[in-house]
Amino acid sequence: MWRNRNRTAITMAAVFFAVILSVLTNSLQDGVFDNLIKNVVSFYSGYIQVHKQGYWDEQILDNTFESSDQLEAQILQQNNVTAVAPRLESFALASSDSLTKGCMVIGINPEKENSITDLGNKVIKGEYLTENDKGVLLAEGLAKRLKLNLSDTLVLIGQGYHGAMAVGKYHIKGILKFGSPDLNDQSLYLSLQSAQELYSAENMLTSYVIGLENADILDPTAASIRSTLGENYEAMTWEEMMPEVIQHIRTDKGSMVIIQGVLYMLIGFGIIGTLLMMMVERKYEMGMLVAIGMKKIKLMQLLMIESILTVFSGCILGILASIPIVFYLYRYPIRFKGEMADVYEEFGFEAIFPTSTDPKIFLTQGMIVLILALVLSLYPIVKIARLNPVTAMKK
Amino acid sequence: MNTVIDAHTISKTFNPDTIPVLAVNNVHLHLERGEFTSLVGPSGSGKTTLLNLLGGLDKPDKGSILINGIDITKLSANALIDFRLNNIGFVFQSFNLIPVLTARENVELIMQLQHKNKEEIDERVEALFHQIGLEDKMDSRPAQLSGGQQQRVAVARALASKPQFVLADEPTANLDSTSAGNLLDIMAKLNQEENITFIFSTHDVRVIERARRVITLVDGQIHSDTAEVDTKHLKENE
Repeated sequence: MWRNRNRTAITMAAVFFAVILSVLTNSLQDGVFDNLIKNVVSFYSGYIQVHKQGYWDEQILDNTFESSDQLEAQILQQNNVTAVAPRLESFALASSDSLTKGCMVIGINPEKENSITDLGNKVIKGEYLTENDKGVLLAEGLAKRLKLNLSDTLVLIGQGYHGAMAVGKYHIKGILKFGSPDLNDQSLYLSLQSAQELYSAENMLTSYVIGLENADILDPTAASIRSTLGENYEAMTWEEMMPEVIQHIRTDKGSMVIIQGVLYMLIGFGIIGTLLMMMVERKYEMGMLVAIGMKKIKLMQLLMIESILTVFSGCILGILASIPIVFYLYRYPIRFKGEMADVYEEFGFEAIFPTSTDPKIFLTQGMIVLILALVLSLYPIVKIARLNPVTAMKK
Repeated sequence: MNTVIDAHTISKTFNPDTIPVLAVNNVHLHLERGEFTSLVGPSGSGKTTLLNLLGGLDKPDKGSILINGIDITKLSANALIDFRLNNIGFVFQSFNLIPVLTARENVELIMQLQHKNKEEIDERVEALFHQIGLEDKMDSRPAQLSGGQQQRVAVARALASKPQFVLADEPTANLDSTSAGNLLDIMAKLNQEENITFIFSTHDVRVIERARRVITLVDGQIHSDTAEVDTKHLKENE
């Protein structure tokens, strides 16, 4: 194969660029989805939540569990867990002077919550909460509907723990802005202590929200928490809590399959073009070899070995070359501009196209191109099987 | 005398279903060992087709071709390739050396296909290069050789397998007169000294002049055949 360096280099280059193109496309696709997940998860749910067993099916205050430093420490001791934030969540009616609206009340430990959902950065007016704060943070949409602003007062009315009456009056310490319209129109945050007082649920929690170091080992981490905490608690991953996000990603990936199909077709045309050129160039030589007595099977073996070595080398080089490109684009992602960027930012997402550095992408795409190229390499083999030395040697 | 080729009533038609072209029409041909024969005729007279049929590169529509008593028209494709490898040497018009191999490797290739051992290959290759007078060009690539030198290497390659006969399709067509003369000298010498049978298809007067038998083809049929095989030199050798 090195006797004709140009020919080998051209074939290898076709496979090399095919692998880079394929890896880059898939890496960008997965990177965008990973970023979407990161954004969605970091908005609110966290990667894993621990609840009292049965809470997720019936989300009422009677399904709360008692806060415990020991329990929190047990969760924090799990591999891959970086942060734990306690919450007490329920619903209430929020009233201003003349307006009332249902809202989602979330009692939080401000510091711990910030470490997972970066809530402090979503404050657009006023200040973030302190540990035993008596004020509340109101989402921008909810504030507009209730016609409330900073330092105004609102009243919360609802049902507390074990049917108790829940009533409280709070001043607005800050206004939050969320990308998600649902969160922006419904959310109200207050300190955990204030929420427990409001709902007469002293020391009670609805959930521990968990932050992870590596989101790729989500299920094993959830399983480990489940086995540590036992049957009284449920540890749910974000995928179990928000199946609609997974469904959305699956649908999007489904449509990406068509795009990938087109990409592989283009790659295939590139490779077959090179093989066709090679066959035209060598037709005379092959006809002559068969004429002077080389068996076709021997010629086929020769071409097959040549193809395997060329394609394999092209794949390996393509994978090696794509690694620095993917890592560079991971570190310095492509940024959207114009309206697209505005839409992303409106939803609180960073307007970027990051890549995914998952090693599986390099291996899978390398394998796909390798198999594609090897299948296409059968074309010269078929041509040799049908080769007639007399016609092959006609110039 | 040994009969090398015995062809009976061979015919070959191209495009039988569309516009049939009768390239070889009912040809009888008998060639003995040690002949130095030219197939001549105008373009389209069937010289190359007849050569391809005799060399087992193509199959006749009818008739039989016996080479050393074996009817090659009855051989399977694979058996025919083996037969060609061990019995027939080819010299093509445009040299047809493999460009990525050296002159030596081009000649060795045939013997490697015959599974000859290295010592045998080395000995034969060196002898052949000595015969064609290119001992100093053995490690050159075809592109580094002149047309005449390339054709001499092609002759060495054709002889490497120790064939029954050598078929040469217009071997001097792409050569200047000096190179053509040198090539013919080498082939004539091999024919006379080693009793190698050569059959040429040619337009070249220099080749025709050197041939001891000239078969003229017109419209796929043998128009004339000197048929007087000069075997005097053979008897002298014996």
